[in-house]
Formats: sequence, C-alpha cells, structure tokens
Amino acid sequence: MKIVACIKRVPTTDAQAKINADGKSLDSAGFQYMTSFYDEIAVEQAIQTKEASGGDVTVLTIGPSEASKEVRECIAKGADAGIIMTDADWTGRDNLATAKVLAAKLSEMGAEIAFFGKVATDRDNSAVGPMTATKLGWACVTDVVELSIADGKGTAKRESENGVETLSFSLPAIITCDKGLNEPRYAGLKGIMAAKKKPLEEVSFEDVPNQAQVDSLELPAARKEGRIVGEGAAAVPALIDALRNEAKVL
Amino acid sequence: MNAFKALDFYALDDQFSEEERMVRDTVRSWVSERFMPLIMEHYEAGTFPMELVPELGDLGVFGSNLPEKYGCAGLSNVAYGLICQELERGDSGLRSFVSVQGSLVMWPIHEYGSEEQKLEWLPKLASGEAIGCFGLTEPDFGSNPGGMTTVAIPDGDEFVITGRKMWITNGGLSQIAVVWAKCEGVIRGFLVPTSCPGFSAPEQKHKFSLRSSVTSELVLDEVRVPKSAMLPGAKGLRGPLNCLTQARYGISWGAIGAAMAAFDEGLEYSKERIVFDKPLAAFQLPQQKLANMATDITLAQLLSLRLGRLKDQGTMTSQQVSMAKRNNVMKALEATRVVRDMLGANGISLEYQVGRHLCNLESVVTYEGTHDIHTLALGHELTGFPAYR
Ligand SMILES: Cc1cc2nc3c(=O)[nH]c(=O)nc-3n(C[C@H](O)[C@H](O)[C@H](O)COP(=O)(O)OP(=O)(O)OC[C@H]3O[C@@H](n4cnc5c(N)ncnc54)[C@H](O)[C@@H]3O)c2cc1C
Repeated sequence: MKIVACIKRVPTTDAQAKINADGKSLDSAGFQYMTSFYDEIAVEQAIQTKEASGGDVTVLTIGPSEASKEVRECIAKGADAGIIMTDADWTGRDNLATAKVLAAKLSEMGAEIAFFGKVATDRDNSAVGPMTATKLGWACVTDVVELSIADGKGTAKRESENGVETLSFSLPAIITCDKGLNEPRYAGLKGIMAAKKKPLEEVSFEDVPNQAQVDSLELPAARKEGRIVGEGAAAVPALIDALRNEAKVL
Repeated sequence: MNAFKALDFYALDDQFSEEERMVRDTVRSWVSERFMPLIMEHYEAGTFPMELVPELGDLGVFGSNLPEKYGCAGLSNVAYGLICQELERGDSGLRSFVSVQGSLVMWPIHEYGSEEQKLEWLPKLASGEAIGCFGLTEPDFGSNPGGMTTVAIPDGDEFVITGRKMWITNGGLSQIAVVWAKCEGVIRGFLVPTSCPGFSAPEQKHKFSLRSSVTSELVLDEVRVPKSAMLPGAKGLRGPLNCLTQARYGISWGAIGAAMAAFDEGLEYSKERIVFDKPLAAFQLPQQKLANMATDITLAQLLSLRLGRLKDQGTMTSQQVSMAKRNNVMKALEATRVVRDMLGANGISLEYQVGRHLCNLESVVTYEGTHDIHTLALGHELTGFPAYR
C-alpha cells in the first residue's frame, strides 16, 4: 500500500511570538522548529499501518529546505522516504492553496491513504486534511482516535462532544489524527543513522495563489494575574462570589 | 515543572550536523517525557529506574559511538557527547549509568577484547539485556590505581582473582564486571561474570550524592575465570586509563547538561519570584550571577564541542580531556551552588532540580580523576614535571 504522512514544520511550543513591522506576520528570529504535535501521531499511524498491512510510507511536507531535519526524524522512526515541496512562502500559504498543492502531489504519487494531524499547532485551522480530501474526492474521517485498515477498507472511531462515532469507509482516504490514536515512538539512534541512507527529495511546484490573505495579526491579550481568594472550605463563599461577580461564569 | 529551555547563547546549534541535532533532540525529549517524571522518587529512594533500561537500549544510547557491526549506533563522538549532555540534564546518575556501560565496559571490550568477547558481550550490552560495571578503585587506591592489590593468579587454564573494589557504579546491577587486577605484577583486565562463585557486590548505602545510581563494593574471593576471560589487548595502567579518558570525555559534556538545567531553573525562578515588589531577576546581584553562569556554560560548550571534533578526527589527547573535565565539572558545580542559593528555601527541596544536581556533582568532581588530579595532569603537561608524588 502506498501510505503518505503529511507533516508541517511549526515553531516549538515555547517559542516567544513577536509580530513583524508589517503587522501581518510573525518575527521568526530565534524560533526553533518541530513537527506539529498531531502530525507526529499521523506519522506513527502511517508506520503502524505499514507494519500491519505492508507497503511503504512517504513523509510529505510543504516547507523550507531546513525541514529536512523534521522529515529525517520521521524517516528515522520508520518511514521509507521523504519529500519536501520547497516553498519560500511556507508560513503564509492559505489552507486552500496548501490543499491544492498536496492533492496534486498525492494523486501523482498514487497514494492510497494519507494521514494528517487533526490540526497544525501554529495556525490552528483544522482545514488542510478535509480540504485535500475534497479536492481529491476521497473519503475523509477527521479527529480519529481508533483505526483499522484491511482489504482496501477501513473503520475509524472519532470522539466529539456529542459522543463517539464509528465510521467505515473505502480507500483511498484521508485520516486526520487525534491524540489517543497512538503513542508516537522515539527515533532510535540507529534509525537516525539509517535515515541518512533513505531518499529525501526536494521538489519545486508551480505556485498556487492564496485566496485568503492575512490583513492583520494581533497577539492574544495578556492573561490577568491570578488571585488566591483564601484557603480551604472557608474560602468557598469568596470563590463563588468571585466566579459570579468578577468572572461572570456562574 | 517548566519545559526545559537549553541555553545556546553563541548559536552553536548550527555547528552541529543535522544528525547530531536529531540525536540530541531525541534524547532530550526522552529525558523530559520518560525520565523526569520518575527521578525525584528514585533519588529519594536511592534506586535507579531499571524499568527504563530496555527503552535506553531501544534508543541506542549504550555504546552509541561504537560500530553497527556489534549492535551499536556508530555515531560521531560529538553526537555521543550531546547524548551525555542531555542525560545529565536529567540526572548525573542516569548519565553515569550510560557512561559506565558504554565507555568503561563496552569500550574496553571493543578496544582490548578478542573477537569472541566482542561478539558475546557487545550486542547484549548495547540492547541493555546485560549490564556491566568497571572495577578499578580499591579501598586504599583511588587516585593512584597503580598501587592496586587485587591479583589474578594463573592456575592451569584458569585465573584465580582475589581482591576488593570500592565505589563501583552499577556493581550490584551487573551481569558482567570489567575487573582490573595485577597478574604477575602487570595490570590486566578481566571479564568476570557476576554469577561466579566467590563474587559478591554489596551495595554502598547512605550516599547523599548520586543517589539514583547504585554504587557497590566488589568482593572477589578466589573467583575462578577461564583464561579466555582476560582482555588480550590491555597491558599495564594504560589499559584502564584509556577507558577513563573515554568516560571523562563524556563527563565533560554531561556536566554542561547539569549546568544548563540549573541555569534554566535559576533564570525562570528569578523571573517569577517577586521580592521587595520586583522580580528577583530585576536586581543587579542575581543578574551578575546569571551573566557569569551563562558565560561559563557557553565557554564549556565551546570547549567540549572542539574536544569532540578533535576526538572525531583522532587527535584528541588525554590532557585536553583533563582540561574539559576539570573545567566543566567545576563550573557546573559552582553554577548549581549559586542557583541553589537563588531559589532560597525552595532550593533545598527535591521538588526543584538544582539541589539534586548540586549533590550529584560532588561525586562527579571526584570520580574519573578528582579535580586536583586533573590539575596535576595539566601541570605535568605544561611544565614537564610530574608532581603527583
Ligand atoms: C559515586 C561514585 C561512583 C564511582 N564509580 C566508580 C566506578 O564505577 N569504578 C571505579 O573504579 N571507581 C569509581 N569511583 C571511585 C572514584 O574514581 C574515586 O573515588 C576517585 O578516583 C578518587 O579516589 P579516592 O576516593 O580514593 O580519593 P583519594 O585518591 O584518596 O583522594 C582524596 C583527596 O586527595 C587528593 N589527592 C590524591 N592524590 C593527590 C596528589 N598526588 N596530590 C594532591 N592531591 C591528591 C584528591 O584530589 C582528593 O582531594 C566512584 C566514586 C564515586 C563517588
């Protein structure tokens, strides 16, 4: 089976965000990067699918050449190849443009199943997976917490606030992965050495224009400092009063 | 606990290869996710988290710079150094476990062992299926191991080994001990299975330092091993000393990890702790301490990086290792003392890391050549006069 895991290189969670003078983008000076949290789950699921059903796993990303570190890490965990679709505007590309580029590539590769994270931890859109599936006309199950694939068919469980849904679908399909689906493995040091010998390709692609532009960007308002209203049971009335009259949540 | 932020003031990140950075980041995440939640309890109980040994084996940290042929990862020495840094950022006991297994047990087997010894032991030690220890120090001979009294007496096709070793890391956890003993007056190394009759390893209790590492005495009472248990390639004091050079190299990196952990904790704490209506970090005295520590850590990072590149190109000298071990461990120890103080009363609580690192480094500054012995090694190298005796 041709399995693909789509990953995004994002700033590490402890990165200090500062806005550029243009008021529309983040100043990336001093950023460290990592594979987006849910994309790691996607990579693990891709590798587990290969281990269970055979085939090979390609890790695909749209990003700068430097994303080779993140892609190689995924290869070190057990993927077979990596592709970086090099893009100077990788942080600014909108969801639809991203989905169009990925859809074209997935179909060119002959992918039968593609795993995405349920959301990228930088822009928080939860859009690219389903949009790519729509572009391709493939089945799509989002926020998956349990999955089995056999004989060109799959069953997936997704959890939402309304309950647990179980769905069945046929391949080709796109699965977006949620926490709980698996426990991503560590790249062993031998895997890291072996990853050097596996193919990692950088390809260019024809530019697809954004249809939505960022007009302005503001950081979230600083959270107000916490306050301790008292200790033990004696503090309950003061706490209820604060929740009712200050926070207005009761 | 806040997520660990590694000080990299001189942007040394781009001096490492992609592979070296991947190795470092993998071990860093493993330590944060798997080790940090356990260390406080183990430190207090005086135990090593043995349940993590298979994971360490799967990661490939044991003997990681030895060749793939024997089940090892075949990493560069800089990558090995970064592993030590990340492990010791967790705890010196964890780094000690890995240093002993890799540099003091696997390295001598690889360097001095016969092909049969290598094939028998290296894959098992690399996977963590077997644990090893290194017995050099004796009750009366620490800094001067050449005076050792442990003897190996040839008897037919066997050796009979008798003697006592002290302060042996992992002694009580090991299946195999690399024991150094005098055979007809010459120091030789022996691979002694700890299951041999006459061998015992009583634990040395009541340590206030390196509590998460098991330290044992080794008692060898007419232990019989076959002739094939001798490491054929090691003759004389050079044998064990070369092993120590390997381990000290890793320690020079490890100490940086402990210092980085302390610095990170001190910096975060001083930004959050309000004293006299301002963050502690807004006063000049703490700022001076932080500036000094950041400088010391950066210098130590530069020293070990260069040392690692020299080791990778095969030109590193033991005196260069002495300089890095001596400097980096002392600077780390000083940094932990400073941060311990900056944290006030919290600094003595194991809920914070710095007190644990401080106590640990009191061992690290002593083992693998005390600070003063490395001073004498450097003095010898610089002046040509040996002043040990
Ligand atoms: C936690 C821990 C784990 C250890 N693990 C191991 C292990 O796995 N295997 C192993 O073989 N050993 C191990 N050791 C032992 C360690 O290597 C020795 O403790 C160390 O070499 C110092 O020896 P000593 O304790 O006998 O001190 P001594 O040699 O008695 O030194 C005492 C003091 O005298 C100073 N001194 C000694 N000689 C001179 C001199 N010529 N001139 C000036 N000053 C001098 C020293 O610097 C020191 O300050 C471990 C020790 C500890 C604490």
